[in-house]
Amino acid sequence: MAAAGKAEAALVPTPRVEARGVSLRAGLVTVAFLLASLAIGLAVGPVHIGIGSILRSALSYVPFLHVHQPLGAVERAVLWQVRAPRVVLAALVGGMLAVAGASYQGVFRNPLCDPYLLGVAGGAGLGATLAIIYASAAAAGSNWTVPLAAFAGAIAAVVVTYALGRSVGAAQMTGALVLAGVTMATFTAAVQTFVQQQHTQQLQNVYSWLLGGFSDATWQDVAICAPYIAVSSLVLVLHRRVLDVLSLGDDEASSLGIEVGRARLVIVVAATLGTAAAVSVSGLIAFVGIIVPHTIRLLVSTSYRAVVPLSLLAGAGFLVLADVVARTVLSPAELPIGVVTAFLGAPFFALVLRTSRSSR
Amino acid sequence: MIETRDLWVRFGPVAAVRGLTLRAETGGWTALIGPNGAGKTSALRALAGLAAYEGEVLIGGIDARRLGRRAVARLVAFVPQKPETPAALTVAEYVLLGRTPHISYLGGESRRDREAARQALRRLELEHFAERPLGSLSGGELQRAVLARALAQEAPVLLLDEPTTALDLGRQQLVLELVDALRVDGLTVVTTMHDLTLAGQYAERLVLLDEGSVVAEGTAAEVLSAPNVAAHYAANVRIVEDERGGVFVLPVRR
Repeated sequence: MAAAGKAEAALVPTPRVEARGVSLRAGLVTVAFLLASLAIGLAVGPVHIGIGSILRSALSYVPFLHVHQPLGAVERAVLWQVRAPRVVLAALVGGMLAVAGASYQGVFRNPLCDPYLLGVAGGAGLGATLAIIYASAAAAGSNWTVPLAAFAGAIAAVVVTYALGRSVGAAQMTGALVLAGVTMATFTAAVQTFVQQQHTQQLQNVYSWLLGGFSDATWQDVAICAPYIAVSSLVLVLHRRVLDVLSLGDDEASSLGIEVGRARLVIVVAATLGTAAAVSVSGLIAFVGIIVPHTIRLLVSTSYRAVVPLSLLAGAGFLVLADVVARTVLSPAELPIGVVTAFLGAPFFALVLRTSRSSR
Repeated sequence: MIETRDLWVRFGPVAAVRGLTLRAETGGWTALIGPNGAGKTSALRALAGLAAYEGEVLIGGIDARRLGRRAVARLVAFVPQKPETPAALTVAEYVLLGRTPHISYLGGESRRDREAARQALRRLELEHFAERPLGSLSGGELQRAVLARALAQEAPVLLLDEPTTALDLGRQQLVLELVDALRVDGLTVVTTMHDLTLAGQYAERLVLLDEGSVVAEGTAAEVLSAPNVAAHYAANVRIVEDERGGVFVLPVRR
């Protein structure tokens, strides 16, 4: 039989054995999409600033290049103090939510998981509500209070969720975690609603935080969340192959030498920490964590080697564009960005779903 | 070579495996047989390090507890009864995942890994399927892809839990012939099997388990006697021997 196999092997072409990661084309297209989104985000607004001016203005800050600053003081302030932090923050949050969504979907092997799965959203919402309502006047003056309270609330909720999910034992842990997350989300929503109803005078502030958005984005917000998002997304991108192995199920991943419990914990902690940081500066922005990874799956590949890094880039670009729409459609008023992501995202996703089904 | 000494596997108060002592010789094929609930799968999972156990599992003479997960994975490949086969993954990608124990935790495949996967594909005559998604394969092709993934692991011990479930008669034989052919290189095979005739035809040694303990072991002719099968399967059978020493277990209506 071995001899027959050898004779046959000579006739059969050598099979292409390659893990489809990010193909050059998919990578370039996604990077181009992100860059275009960033450029649009910086250029579009009540004060129009050309792409060329933006580039030259940026280069003028680089020492020794001697590029002439083309913008006046007002334009400069609009570009670098208002628009740029907003665009950067939207990119960070969008990338984080998308990559966290992709990772949760991989770890829990459930395509409907989103980054808010383990109670992050509910916890952050409760934390932010408490801070908005109860923070003393002195603390309320600081930009840090609400994000920090939201972050603490998110982490506390997830820790409780994890403890609850763990208590059933390792065998059914993934299912139990999802249920515990739902329980936690419901519970925190109940408390949050109660507190909010007791203080209707603050309803507007709470509500606008919950809807999410980047209208007051500052470099300080960027500084608060960027370290967490950078570390989290790096960890998740490094785990892209491990996520593929986990897609074979716990038993097979274990028999392939992966410490499944530990790998899952690392991925969940990274995704959760990054999501909590993102939520704390942006509020609750739905749908990005589901729509972006699935679009990549449908258009590029279902392998996490492609889904994780491309979700990071595409999510960043997507949220920057959504934010541009949010601030221009009803200008000078702003639409909540969650409305935009759902309103634009849902039909787009339906379209991708339809075309990719029919082309198969 | 893989062996167990006084192996116990418990699920809460219930012991699925009770003091199993077993030895699977290098290059041999050992089949664990026994009625439903006899502890076959639990024993196999303990061998693979997937079930918590008391007692000892020795792989090549080394206590498996002293080896890490990865080290065990390099020595023992395990194919569950219903392997998870993500539909969109191509056969080649799936087989490459079998290289995981040889790749550092956050690393990627080397040329050596791709070559090993290619060899596994060739060995199971899957070259033409390499770029096909798993979802498009038939049951028999899928089982070959699963075997190729296990083979790519390049582990000297191969554990198969019911490798022929859900396959038609011809595919069952094909898969078992392929497994048998893999032993040429000294692969040690341990399978659980429901079909006693097939177990007797392919395995060199049968180990009959009942209620977690070994009740008979040896060659097919020794283990598959009508009284043994009647006692432990509560089945009425006729045993037919062929001239090559093979044994057929035929169910007979009472």
